[in-house]
Amino acid sequence: MLKENNTLISLDNAGINRSNRWLVRGVSMSVSAGEIVTLIGPNGSGKSTTAKIALGVLDTDEGLVYRKPKLRVSYVPQKLDLNWTLPLTVARFLVLTNRASKTAIESALSATDTLHLAKAQMRNLSGGEFQRVLLARAILRKPELLVLDEPVQGVDFNGEIELYKLIEDIRNKLNCGVLLISHDLHVVMATTDQVICLNGHVCCSGTPATVASSDEFRSLFGQQATQGLAFYKHHHDHDHLPDGRILPATEAEEHTHV
Amino acid sequence: MFDDFFVRAIVGGVGVALVAGPLGCFIIWRRLAYFGDTLSHSALLGVALGLLFELNVTLTVFALSIVVSLLLMLLQRRASLSSDAILGLLAHSTLAVGLVVLAFMTWVRVDLMGFLFGDILAITHLDLAIIWGGGIAVLGLLFVVWRALFAATVSYELATAEGTQPDRANIIFMIVMAGLIAVSMKIVGVLLITALLIIPAATARRFAVSPEQMAVFAALVGVVAVVLGLMGSMEWDTPAGPSIVVAALVCFLLSLLPITSLGFRKNSNSH
Repeated sequence: MLKENNTLISLDNAGINRSNRWLVRGVSMSVSAGEIVTLIGPNGSGKSTTAKIALGVLDTDEGLVYRKPKLRVSYVPQKLDLNWTLPLTVARFLVLTNRASKTAIESALSATDTLHLAKAQMRNLSGGEFQRVLLARAILRKPELLVLDEPVQGVDFNGEIELYKLIEDIRNKLNCGVLLISHDLHVVMATTDQVICLNGHVCCSGTPATVASSDEFRSLFGQQATQGLAFYKHHHDHDHLPDGRILPATEAEEHTHV
Repeated sequence: MFDDFFVRAIVGGVGVALVAGPLGCFIIWRRLAYFGDTLSHSALLGVALGLLFELNVTLTVFALSIVVSLLLMLLQRRASLSSDAILGLLAHSTLAVGLVVLAFMTWVRVDLMGFLFGDILAITHLDLAIIWGGGIAVLGLLFVVWRALFAATVSYELATAEGTQPDRANIIFMIVMAGLIAVSMKIVGVLLITALLIIPAATARRFAVSPEQMAVFAALVGVVAVVLGLMGSMEWDTPAGPSIVVAALVCFLLSLLPITSLGFRKNSNSH
C-alpha cells in the first residue's frame, strides 16, 4: 500500500464478518490531512461500520488498516444515548476526553452558536442543539482527523447548510482530514474532495462529479437522486456561494412539479 | 481515642462511605445496581473459601469479587441469556453455595449474621488500617482514571475512538469495586453493601449539576448516614448496619422534598 506522508488513515480491502455475514467487505479508502471524504450509501450499507473500522472502534476480520501513530481524532457519533441520571452540563461534556481552558471552551461553543447553553444540562437539549454541542466538542479537541457520522440529523435545512459550512471552516483552519457520513445525497458537500459510495462494498468512488455520473451510483440511488447531486454541483461550478441557501426551495419546487 | 469501639466504628464507617459515594455514582450512571448486588452476594462465598483454606478473609473476598466480575464480562459477551438473568443467577447461586460450604465446615464457628448484616461495632485496629489504607488507594486510583472512566461511562465508542483507553479504566473500576466490597463487608454486611453504594449517590443526584459534584455530595451523604445511623443504633439499640442504611434512606427521602419549588408553591397558593 502506497502511503503519502500526510495520510491519516487508510483502509485496504477491509471487511468485518459477524455471524457469517459480511457487514462490509473489500473497503479501500484513505483520508489525508486537509481532505474531506464523504461516505454515502443507503441505510445498512455499512457507512457507520466503515467509520468505526477507521476509528479503531471495530476490529477487522479481513484486510489492513493503517492509522497514523498518535492520531488525534474527534468523533461525532451517529447516536449518543445519554443516561438521564448523568448530571452533565454542556461545558463539562466538552471536556469529556480532554482538558481545555475556559476560553477555549467558550470559543468552541461560540463557533457553533451554543455559548448560551454552556450551563444547560445535556439531557435538556433539543436534537439540533445536541448536534451542535457534539460538533463544538469535536472542534475543541483540535483534531487531526474529524469523523462525523450524520452530523446534521435533527437540524433543519438552513442549519444544515450552516453546519456544513462550519465543517469546511474547521477543515480550512485546522487543515484536518474529515471523514463525513451522510445518507442525504442532495447535500453531499460541494467541497467534498472524494465521495465513496458504499453498499456493503465500495460501489464507486471519486470526485462528486465522477460518482454522480457513474452507472453504479445511478442504479443504487435512482435517477432523481443523481439529478439533485448534479444540480448542486452546477451551483458549485458557478460559485454562487450564497445561493446554497436558496437551493432547497428550488429543489423542493422541482419535486412537486415532477 | 481509637480505643473506644464506638469511635472505631464511626471512623471505619466514614472511611467506607467516602469511597462508596463516588463508586456508587458510577453504579447508578452505568445502571450496575444489580452488578453491585451480585458482587457483594458472592462475597459470602469468598468468606467460606477463605475459612476453608485458612486464608485472610478480606483478601479472599477481594480475589473472588475480581473472579466473579471477569466471569460476568465473559458470560455477557457470549451468553444467550440477558445480563440481568446472568447477574441474578450468579448473585444467588454464589450466595447459596457460600452458605452451603459454611454449613459443611462444622469445625469453624461463624457469625453468619455478622457477615450478612455487618458487625461494625467489632471493628479492630487492623480493620481500620485496612479500610483507610485501602480507601486511600482506591480513591487515588479513581482520581487517576476519573476522566477516562467517566468518558467510558458516557460512551464507550467515543472513548475508544478518541483514545482514552476505556478498557483500562473499566478494569480498574472493577478492581476498585472488588476492593470496596472486601473492606465494607464488615461494616454493613454483604446484603446491604449495594445500599451504601446506591442510596447516597441517588440522594446526591438531585443536587448535583456535574459528575464531580455528585461524587463529592454522595461521599458526604454517606458520611452523614454512617454517623446518624450509628448514633441511632446506640440510642435505640438497633443493629448497626441496617441502621446506617435506614439513615441513608431518610436522607434520600428528605432530598425528595420539593425544596426548590417551595417558593413557587407559595405563589400558587396565594391565588
